[in-house]
Amino acid sequence: MAVVSRDFQELRLDNVSRDFGQLHALRDVSLTVKRGEFVALLGPSGCGKSTALNCIAGLLQVTGGSIWLDDLRLDELGPEDRGFGMVFQNYALFPHMSVRRNVGFGLVTQRRPSAEIARRVDEALALVRLETQADKLPGQLSGGQQQRVAIARAIVVGPPLVLMDEPLSNLDAKLRLEMRAEMRRIHMTLGSATIYVTHDQEEALSLADRIVVMMDGQTRQIGTPEELYARPANADVADFMGYRNLFPSSAEAADGGVAVIVGGARLAGTAVGEVGARAMVAVRPDDMRLTGDGPIEATVEFAEYHGRDFYAVARMADGTELYFRSESRVVAGETVRLDAAPSRVLVYPA
Amino acid sequence: MRRDLGERIWALAVWTLVGFFVLNLLAMIGSVVVNSFGTRWFNTWLPAGFTTQWYSLAWNEFQLPDILLVTAEVVGAVVLISGLIGVPAAYAMARRNFPGKQMVMFLFLLPLLVPPITYGIPMATVLYQAHLAGTIWGVILANLVPTVPFVILIMIPFVEQIDPRVEAAARVFGAGMGRLFLQILVPLLLPGILAALLLVLVRTIGMFELTFLTSGPSSQTLVVALYYAVFAAGVRPGQSIDAMAVVYMVTTLVWLLIALRFVNPTQIVTRAKR
Amino acid sequence: MSVARMSLRGRLREKGLDSVTLLVIPAVLFVLALFIYPFLYGLVLSFRPKAGGGWLANYAKFFSEPFLYETIQITLVIAVPVTLLNVVLSVPVALRVRLLRRQRLLTTILVIPITLGTVMVAEGLLTYLGPRGWLNRTLLEFGLVDSPVRLIHNYWGVMLSLVITGFPFTFLLTLSYVTGIDPALEQAGAVLGARARERFRRILLPLLAPGLAITLALAFVQAFTVFPSAILLGAPAGPTRVISIIAYQAAFEQYDYPLASAIAMLMAAVQLVIIMLLLGARTLVFRGPASSGKG
Repeated sequence: MAVVSRDFQELRLDNVSRDFGQLHALRDVSLTVKRGEFVALLGPSGCGKSTALNCIAGLLQVTGGSIWLDDLRLDELGPEDRGFGMVFQNYALFPHMSVRRNVGFGLVTQRRPSAEIARRVDEALALVRLETQADKLPGQLSGGQQQRVAIARAIVVGPPLVLMDEPLSNLDAKLRLEMRAEMRRIHMTLGSATIYVTHDQEEALSLADRIVVMMDGQTRQIGTPEELYARPANADVADFMGYRNLFPSSAEAADGGVAVIVGGARLAGTAVGEVGARAMVAVRPDDMRLTGDGPIEATVEFAEYHGRDFYAVARMADGTELYFRSESRVVAGETVRLDAAPSRVLVYPA
Repeated sequence: MRRDLGERIWALAVWTLVGFFVLNLLAMIGSVVVNSFGTRWFNTWLPAGFTTQWYSLAWNEFQLPDILLVTAEVVGAVVLISGLIGVPAAYAMARRNFPGKQMVMFLFLLPLLVPPITYGIPMATVLYQAHLAGTIWGVILANLVPTVPFVILIMIPFVEQIDPRVEAAARVFGAGMGRLFLQILVPLLLPGILAALLLVLVRTIGMFELTFLTSGPSSQTLVVALYYAVFAAGVRPGQSIDAMAVVYMVTTLVWLLIALRFVNPTQIVTRAKR
Repeated sequence: MSVARMSLRGRLREKGLDSVTLLVIPAVLFVLALFIYPFLYGLVLSFRPKAGGGWLANYAKFFSEPFLYETIQITLVIAVPVTLLNVVLSVPVALRVRLLRRQRLLTTILVIPITLGTVMVAEGLLTYLGPRGWLNRTLLEFGLVDSPVRLIHNYWGVMLSLVITGFPFTFLLTLSYVTGIDPALEQAGAVLGARARERFRRILLPLLAPGLAITLALAFVQAFTVFPSAILLGAPAGPTRVISIIAYQAAFEQYDYPLASAIAMLMAAVQLVIIMLLLGARTLVFRGPASSGKG
């Protein structure tokens, strides 16, 4: 079967499910990726993000639903026929081939003339800045270099869509930051649509145009980084996105919004969805501020020095633990008063 | 990954091949078993009737009780001695890097890579000169040649798996070499030792060439006795030979099944896995 | 310690030589005494012909008597095809079986012929392949042949016994090599557009080649030294008069130990040559791990 044509407007997953016996790895997942878009699939381990990626690649068959590339039904095609590029988590470089032959593999499969292959491989290697390593074997390269070979191999065929499965997770922290910048640069240069799987919300926030948060095989929220950061759609997503102050409370209507009782203190907040008498409250530590006269009174348990500020845990009289950041020094045992802006106190249905 | 029609046909062909092989294998074993219980069997699918007379015949004619005893003695001695020599040697190989270690490793690999007939004939010659051949000790020594290295090669990874700091801790708390071995190492190595010795057992029961070349009339193991019985097939009724074969088969397979509780089938085969 | 020099014991220990190292000695002595020494003894003996005639007389005798030198050819005609067959067949079967979730039953069944050994398999085939055995019955019943096929006491019996004991061996070895290949490599190949045959040719085969060379060497050595099957199941007077038989006969029927040793040396030499060829070919292909990166 012929390889899928170069360009597309939209990749669409329609109610895709994937079961492994009794395990429902994906349940009715629907999402779209537009031409040139960088979409991150974000979620904790086991949420199904890699399964979804493998279904899109064709390495796994869907057990329900369908995958479409514009009006072409994809899920009936094998991975050989989809024409996508893929970067694997452990790179999966062919150990017996040099960098050059690894990168050129997909072009050889397409039976391209060797002059063209040589030229395009050189271009791809230049793009990932590895021209000098072209004749080395993967075993002779460092982790970061291997990763770049994997990227070059995926993009050299000029695919309309590039799939990446946690490509940075095997690298150390410093290298990860460098490679993140590289990824952004490459994406801007090539402009191909990218689906990027990660469990690291910082990575997703910094790289993606849109983020799909997945948990337990389902999509929990799809939105821009700003939306996900400031406005998680539900308590689970909020938890994952770093809203460490997350606890049940009682809620009542207040002028213009809703108010919640936290450890006896009354806080004004913003409702997200239909909130009844019981609710879940979510506040980011950065939004929980030290004030002179805030409604919350708590005793600091300990404070971590983070250079620019302090990251502290404080306990209220009734035992509720709160996480907050402070630019000024706080010490264990100190009594503090905390407050948060109503727009940054998110109240979810219980 | 998904499969298209061509791949499905190929898969079917491969499985047919495997099925054919297994079918013939089981049929081969089956025909021996059936024949050993048959009264007369000429041009029919199954014998005319069934009997156990061949087993009593074989028991007496082939002196099976004596042979089984000899087999047990040989195998028992080989298992014990190869364990006693091999396990400490494996420990030393795993824990020490001495000059010439590569040579020693190669020395241990050789008896496993060179097939028994090739070194068996010179070895038998030497044993005959030493007047050991023909006795049970000659047979035991001959069988030890491949099994000592086998135990060593199997045990080395098991020893390497034990964290050397555990041993260091024991020393810090006052354990001498003997106590270290008995109370720490052997208990930790027990699964490996068990696996290795069971494999030695199974292999020695089936080891033909070495025993054949060094045994005498009173020191034959079951497999050698079976060979002689088959070799002189005209003399005895075929069914009694098959009865003896079944006794051999049952002995071997029982120990194989026991060994497989502790060991992967692949380990019986890959003697020198790099 | 103010004196910088270590004691002798300490220095030895640094080199890895202490009382623990001594534990290897019994095993080393054993192998030296019962493997190396007999081999060297046999080598020396082979140069001292029983009937006199110079130190190469045994070897000259071997290469001048067709009865003797033809055995090399006879043995190769048996060993080479059966080895190639066993190894070539093991590859597609191993590639299929590695996808299977419950392999244990199959590998257990396949280990049985290896465990039973060549003598048992020979007896089994004598019963099963005989003119009245089940195989011929089946062939006659289905009209595939008119009269029983002669499969015992000839070349074919020996071949079949070598397949029954040899194929499980090559299969298990190949399976272990195949499962050592990172499955992500094939996935990467598929996403890059390569179908099954191309993935096999460009990815799997080059990575398997070194392991296959080892498998070929080990399988060949087993087949070349075939002994009881050739006697019990073959025609030891003629078509299956393999080299191990004449070595045995020289030692235990003619009591000509020098000649027997010479033949054993020649056996070893032929095996060595073939192994060197195979291992030499393997380094031409690829040396290295069958997975890459941090995976």
